[in-house]
Amino acid sequence: MRIFAFMNRDLACRQAVELVTDYLEGTLSRAARRRFEAHLSGCPHCTEYLAQMRETIKLTGQLTPEDLTPQMRAEFTDLYRRWRSEQQ
Amino acid sequence: MDSDAELVRRLRAGDEHAFTGLVERYHQPMLQLAASFVPNLAVAEEVVQDTWLAVLRGLDGFEGRSSLKTWLFRILVNRARTTGTKEQRSVPVADPEPAVDPSRFDGSGGWAEPPEHWIEAAEGRVEAGKLAHRVRAWIDDLPARQREVVLLRDVEGMSSEDVCTVLSLTEGNQRVLLHRGRSRLRQLFEDEFREVR
Repeated sequence: MRIFAFMNRDLACRQAVELVTDYLEGTLSRAARRRFEAHLSGCPHCTEYLAQMRETIKLTGQLTPEDLTPQMRAEFTDLYRRWRSEQQ
Repeated sequence: MDSDAELVRRLRAGDEHAFTGLVERYHQPMLQLAASFVPNLAVAEEVVQDTWLAVLRGLDGFEGRSSLKTWLFRILVNRARTTGTKEQRSVPVADPEPAVDPSRFDGSGGWAEPPEHWIEAAEGRVEAGKLAHRVRAWIDDLPARQREVVLLRDVEGMSSEDVCTVLSLTEGNQRVLLHRGRSRLRQLFEDEFREVR
């Protein structure tokens, strides 16, 4: 009975934000997931927070390596050629 | 853009442009990752150079059971580790760092200062390169272990399983580090766009 009461208790926003990564990674138990989603459905701020975490992941994933400088390109071509000549 | 598998095929066939293509793609992330393990950038550069040579030498033995990316980062991290760590690499779970500044919540744990909207303002800015420099610096400023996980998971897009393999982490610790790193970055995005509102 007491456990049941605990499961149904509302999450505080402060707790909900700590569950975001587990939620996105799909590692919450089914009960915890339901509890989290129930909180979101009544909390626009945590819904916004989750959207911002998703956006953060998306934006981070858009980083692309900067172009090699011509000098670095030449150095690596050289490294490759030296390695090739060792092979022969 | 050629796939990694295509670049490996061409590299095995002796195409030097395939090598510079791989370097173009992975040199910077490798350098960033190596820097997390060793005392300074010069040492990180040496580790990365060594790794590229090891990649060339090991290419015939690479069976493609893991992705090239995972294989490459594994060689790198192993080398960086044996070269020497620069700091006490603490156990991540021992450090109770909250995702959000506790002062933003009221006594009952509800938002007192809710997240400010910034998604629309940020949309497309990283892709367009305007923000890329900033975000890169934010990632570099993360604590080392968070940085490593964020780089591999979110910048390189690797699976959690591969990241755990490369960094020798348990799934649980990897998630804790990812959570802290992402939470910190979210806050930095919010701070960035709050100012230009």
